[in-house]
Amino acid sequence: MTLTLSHYLILAAVLFSISIAGIVINRKNIIILLMSIELMLLSVNLNFIAFSHYLDDLAGQVFVFFILTVAAAEAAIGLAILVVLFRNRGSINVEDIKELKW
Amino acid sequence: MIETVIFYVFAVATVVSATAVVTVRNPVHAALFLVLTFFTSAVIWMSLEAEFLAIALVLVYVGAVMVLFIFVVMMLDINIARLREGFVRYLPLGLLVAAIMLGLMLSVVTSDVFVLDTGEPLPKPADYSNTKALGGVLYTDYVFAFEIAAVILLVAIIAAISLTMRKRAQTKYQNPSLQNKVRKADRLRIVKMPSEEKE
Repeated sequence: MTLTLSHYLILAAVLFSISIAGIVINRKNIIILLMSIELMLLSVNLNFIAFSHYLDDLAGQVFVFFILTVAAAEAAIGLAILVVLFRNRGSINVEDIKELKW
Repeated sequence: MIETVIFYVFAVATVVSATAVVTVRNPVHAALFLVLTFFTSAVIWMSLEAEFLAIALVLVYVGAVMVLFIFVVMMLDINIARLREGFVRYLPLGLLVAAIMLGLMLSVVTSDVFVLDTGEPLPKPADYSNTKALGGVLYTDYVFAFEIAAVILLVAIIAAISLTMRKRAQTKYQNPSLQNKVRKADRLRIVKMPSEEKE
């Protein structure tokens, strides 16, 4: 039994679904939400790399490179916002942030 | 054969640790499980002959981003019990959304609409270097995108620093513009006086 492209795509689909479920069930906790987003980006990257391997095209790997860059920037800014939020509020509960809610 | 075994072992490890990330009680444990997920994914990427990106994933994610996560989680004093409120209540909804999502994606992947079984690609020559090939593409065809990525990282640095930096009232710091504006007359006073007689 040899590995095909479908194996990797199914694994990426399972990872993506787990992170979707994580976003829904952990909707109070910003840290877990950020981690779920990282998990989603990881599953998308796995798709890109699997296609890049099986279609023998390096463009997919270049795209993963840029996704990694943007994800690192996103994580840094997200955590900085989290630190500022905690400093001003003393809490990171999503329910406590509702100024823009009407 | 050995590739299949390695794939299944690490795929199961990835799925189990990813499930643990979204379900464990303690955010520190969640971050550590996320590290495990990145490691097992790096092995799978390595088996897909993306060696450079597999190493970059370990260095950038495990080495930098996850350390930042763990640092922030440990620095903040988080009330876990309050954050866990509604976990059981939202669990059925989360599982439903995930199941629908998974069913949709699996129906696409396993259908005959897209011909996905392209077969194993031709093996690369012995002196093939993934890093070299990636660099060759990155610095020629994608050089403009590469420059933009550098600018994005610079913006991220400035944003993160300017968000978290605060000026405390008791901290002493220099004001360079005031230092530059100082003239000689502000600080130096010449006093005329008669010279002293030697006794």
